[in-house]
Amino acid sequence: MNPAGPHRAGAWAFAALMSGCKNDIAVFMPAGIQARRIESLWWLYFGILVTIFALVLATLLMALIRGGRRAPGEAVGAAADHPLQHPILAPSPAVERRLTWSVALSLALTIVVLFALLWTSFRTGKAIADHGPQPELVIQITGRRWWWQIRYQDLTASHIVETANELHLPVGRPIRLELTSADVIHSFWVPRLHGKRDLIPGTVATSVIQADEPGTYLGQCAEFCGLQHAHMGIMVIAEPQQTFQAWLTAQRLAAPEPTTDMQRRGRDVFLTGPCVMCHSIGGTIAGAQSGPNLTHFASRQTLAAGTLPNTRGHLAGWILDPQQIKPGVSMPPNPMPSDDLHALLAYLETLR
Amino acid sequence: MSTFVLAAALLFGCDREQRRLREVGPAVQRSGGVVMSPLQPGAPAPRGVPPIDYQGNAYAIGEGYRLFNWFNCVGCHANGGGGMGPALIDADWIYGSEPEQIFSTIVEGRPNGMPSFRGRIADYQVWQLAAYVRAMAGMVPPDAVPGRPEHMSGPPSGVLLPGDAPAREPARHP
Repeated sequence: MNPAGPHRAGAWAFAALMSGCKNDIAVFMPAGIQARRIESLWWLYFGILVTIFALVLATLLMALIRGGRRAPGEAVGAAADHPLQHPILAPSPAVERRLTWSVALSLALTIVVLFALLWTSFRTGKAIADHGPQPELVIQITGRRWWWQIRYQDLTASHIVETANELHLPVGRPIRLELTSADVIHSFWVPRLHGKRDLIPGTVATSVIQADEPGTYLGQCAEFCGLQHAHMGIMVIAEPQQTFQAWLTAQRLAAPEPTTDMQRRGRDVFLTGPCVMCHSIGGTIAGAQSGPNLTHFASRQTLAAGTLPNTRGHLAGWILDPQQIKPGVSMPPNPMPSDDLHALLAYLETLR
Repeated sequence: MSTFVLAAALLFGCDREQRRLREVGPAVQRSGGVVMSPLQPGAPAPRGVPPIDYQGNAYAIGEGYRLFNWFNCVGCHANGGGGMGPALIDADWIYGSEPEQIFSTIVEGRPNGMPSFRGRIADYQVWQLAAYVRAMAGMVPPDAVPGRPEHMSGPPSGVLLPGDAPAREPARHP
């Protein structure tokens, strides 16, 4: 039951209806095996339930039409005499038998259909959860208010990579996600790759995902987690194995040494100012773990968990007054002299 | 009349509940300290005391709790019980217990171990920390203290299986 071909046109029509939705979060355009299974299930449910709905409406319509032109032999007069003698309430034995059969048949059919749907749903759930041998690549994702902390696990401690809000994956390989939360319940959901998975503080949920086509897929926190729940996005970048490996190797390096005076001054602003209280940059003394790791910050495409594109102007606005952009976020406003700010921006841009 | 009394009673709690997400003005400056003496040459500068009542605000105390962990105050003071640093829940105050004095202690640092956080923490956050420190010692209005923390304080013990990575609020040195 692979509906991808025949249903593609339907999917596009549906996507056109939901004109506000972008393609990179479209549920009906799966890019991974789990999402394809969920899509199949969705179309199966859709087909069966639409058929039943049509049948029910057709039956109702038929009853209305047939009730309108009643056969002359039926007890119209009796119904007029007393409401309780209406043929529906006091039917003849033949009619009663027919009614009993109809109701029993409908009931049996309902039970059978519901169990069949339940069974297919269980099968899909099992197929999604049952992922064969343990994948070698393990990524730990921690939900925080309101960003995603991502850690690529490795047996060699110096190979562990920590980043935020941007998940790089190799195409065609299953990846094990270990999902947890540092504060409240979040939910990890990349519609084109897999179903929702809750991040519960205090426990670790595991999930295996696989992207089959290279591309960029957007994800979103799917469990209300506070003021900025809507601004808690994640970007999944699926790329060929070599590209991924090159990215991972680059991420393992410490931040590059600043080369110009401006950049050096920017580093001093970072290390002597409030930034150092929450953020870390590999290769410097900045090692706090409360905010996103900024070691390769300039290589990321967005700021503040998908809130803004990562450009110099947006970054300056974000540093000066994050509460204007994302009220309630943990980062305080950081007013500073403009030459300090320019130096800081120049330094942050070197963190590729 | 009774409606008026009821409305007044309801309004009474409003300051406590107010969440100022976006502090403006001098409060967001990185601290230069507070004025500790009323004697000044020329016209007296305004005292560094905030116009806002951080001591009576539940959100400020809750934020102070979060920052107390984030900025690793727990590293020396534990959760108020003291360790390398003095306890904060008792009645002994080496450098004073007034909000301005605690502010000063955080910003200036103190001999024998208390680091100076000058230039590292916005003023309003220092006031929030001071409010939380005073709350630990029971020196803020009891009705202002949040009944439970605004933020999770880490997983309850015994929930994690061995091998599971704990996801606690980090408390490492900045």
